[in-house]
Amino acid sequence: MSTGSRMFPKSARLRRSSLPYLLLLPALVLELLIHLVPMVMGILMSFRRLTQFFIRDWSRAPWTGRDNYELVLDVNRPVGEALLRSFLTTCLFTLLSVGLCWLLGTAAAVFMQESFRGRGLLRALFLVPYALPVYAAVITWAFMFQRDNGLVNHVLHDQLGLGGADHTFWLLGDNSFWALLTVSVWKGWPFAFLIVTAALQNIPGELYEAAALDGAGIWRQIHRITLPSVGAVNQVLVLVLFLWTFNDFNTPFVLFGKSAPEAADLVSLHIYQSSFVTWNFGTGSAMSVLLLLFLLLVTAGYLLVTTRGRRNEHV
Amino acid sequence: MRWMPPKRWRRDIATRAENIRQAFPDPAERGRSAMRRTRAAAAAVTASLLAAAATACGGGTADSGGGSNTAPKELTYWASNQGPDLAADQAVLTPELKKFEEQTGIKVKLEVVPWSDLLNRILAATASGQGPDVLNIGNTWSSSLQATGALLPWNAENFAAIGGRDRFVDSAIGSAGAAGQDPAAVPLYSMAYALYYNKKMFQEAGIAKPPATWDEMVATGRLLSKDGKWALGAEGGNLSENIHQAFVFAKQHGADFFDAAGKPAFDSPGAVDAVKQYVDLMAKDKIIAPGNAEYAQNQSLQDFATGKTAMVLWQSAASSFKSHGMKEGDWGVAPVPVPAGGAPGTGTHTNSMVAGINLAVFKNTDNIDGSLKFVKFMTSDEEQKILNKTYGSIPPVKAAQSDPAFATDDLTVLRTTLGTSAAPLPQVPHESQFETAVGTAVKELFADAAAGRPVTTESVKAKLTKAQQQMAS
Repeated sequence: MSTGSRMFPKSARLRRSSLPYLLLLPALVLELLIHLVPMVMGILMSFRRLTQFFIRDWSRAPWTGRDNYELVLDVNRPVGEALLRSFLTTCLFTLLSVGLCWLLGTAAAVFMQESFRGRGLLRALFLVPYALPVYAAVITWAFMFQRDNGLVNHVLHDQLGLGGADHTFWLLGDNSFWALLTVSVWKGWPFAFLIVTAALQNIPGELYEAAALDGAGIWRQIHRITLPSVGAVNQVLVLVLFLWTFNDFNTPFVLFGKSAPEAADLVSLHIYQSSFVTWNFGTGSAMSVLLLLFLLLVTAGYLLVTTRGRRNEHV
Repeated sequence: MRWMPPKRWRRDIATRAENIRQAFPDPAERGRSAMRRTRAAAAAVTASLLAAAATACGGGTADSGGGSNTAPKELTYWASNQGPDLAADQAVLTPELKKFEEQTGIKVKLEVVPWSDLLNRILAATASGQGPDVLNIGNTWSSSLQATGALLPWNAENFAAIGGRDRFVDSAIGSAGAAGQDPAAVPLYSMAYALYYNKKMFQEAGIAKPPATWDEMVATGRLLSKDGKWALGAEGGNLSENIHQAFVFAKQHGADFFDAAGKPAFDSPGAVDAVKQYVDLMAKDKIIAPGNAEYAQNQSLQDFATGKTAMVLWQSAASSFKSHGMKEGDWGVAPVPVPAGGAPGTGTHTNSMVAGINLAVFKNTDNIDGSLKFVKFMTSDEEQKILNKTYGSIPPVKAAQSDPAFATDDLTVLRTTLGTSAAPLPQVPHESQFETAVGTAVKELFADAAAGRPVTTESVKAKLTKAQQQMAS
């Protein structure tokens, strides 16, 4: 008992110093398991020939070195060529979608800043696409875009008389790009609206009053007060929209099914299809790793440029 | 580095510690119990970590290969969607599973998996080793799944446990795995393609009998395709449906999509002609509505039921027609057309694939004896009659076929086709990939036809060559 009393201060100190780490350990372990381990496994898979013959016990799949990467990067062969085209399509699509989402969201948020009757109702209405389950929303669009019985063609051709009596295919061929873009913007802009609306709440009203007293018109106010004030929020908003849109799998999958038309073949769906066409999950993993690298590069570059730009502004 | 709480907490902590010290007069005792608690917490964290790691690596561990019997009172069964919707399947199967439970005391947990998910779910189960005990598979996947080694092989011993291999129709067993290997599954429901036609529309157009050859089909089709109505329906956006048709057309052109060595031969002249002939029904003959190019959710059946199209090529469509509001007798059934110069038969007069559903046992099952009992139950004469009657399919069990319920006009056509003029899809490990690659090629060709772009021998060949290159990688 007496030794125990003498030992106590030391063990107490040890206990006190290790306890925080012990408490952090579960979070650390979960982070590793949920985030890093799957990523590392994906990277490992990309160096193997993981076909249907090995998926049951994929530790037996043979190592192939750089073969998977050479295959998907060789743009003179069908696999690489298709990946490149899909990548470029995705870039164009993301650019347009993020741009439109941001523009619509910001414009709507600025208009909703003034208080008027029915503002709450309108705000709630604007958020509906964001609140709907993706599958339900997109499958509805798929029905609307149907050639023979779809609402879009009915309105365009039968009621407005645009483009002649022949119905247009929206889900096949080149038009599918515009169909996909429409659904993506419809689904994405309420998020931009929500975030910008929240950011606008932080701008003190005196700024606008002062500007108005000095004779600044509405455009000047938006340009000089509103936009600079939400700059930090916009930086994150655009990045998040970019990552979500670039990686969007649900929208094209629900709209087009397993194989999207070439014009709307986004890279995430393309990777899925490539993995399942050949049941060669190694090639699919190699494509995913390349995509991950690309997104990392873009994100890092974007943050570097925008953060430096803003810092200069404040100096 | 030692973690130190910020200064403002320290006073608070000190006060609380003092309170605790007063509550526990012996500090040594308190210290030890706290140590024990800390150690217990550490052990718990370590244990859960190890357990999680073990689960994560579950897919990588090799297993004994034949299943075990560690959970003898329970089975999990993945059923495919055979009825009009998932709820209908639940309603059909639940009483039968109850019967099985009464006979054997084994409780079967049923999950009806939609077709869009089934193959992915099976692949995920294969990769993780965590899956059902017994499952339905599309019979065309048999060889692909056989190659993964995830399914229990049906050797003589296993067949003996369910009453023997010769209880089943040969062609059905032939579509349960690669030739020369033990089948990966046993047949459960058999189906074949037939030509369904709308009697009233035929009457109005003055057509006496359904077309028996493709020339007759085109001639009849031109009579029917007018005033916003069309002769034939197709599911141009449905990859599997495209494959089933392309396969039969290829057979009729004396071609195969895989050569004798099991290598893809998608762009052989015969295969190109076959695919072109099918797409030409829309592109050149104009007896399929262009809108069908984007159909992938059985819209063609709805068009048929509402009188927009006069014919469809389908397998066991009767129950779907009824669910769309048609009455028995509104439609007629005939064999699928063949090339001129002979009745449906083998070789170039093949007019259907051997369609159907197989029942497989997952090798990782923890109730292998129960699984075999369940397969025996599902393939028993009595259950075969009940289930196939309900689903409008043909029993692959010979003894069950004699039931008068399978002698209706509809089912007689299907039964004859299965018996005399149906061929199984290529039983090669790459079959599933073939469905996706060539199915997509046909889908793109239909899109071309629908948009009015020319579909030529060259354009068909280019698409099929591309599909083959995807496979070769």
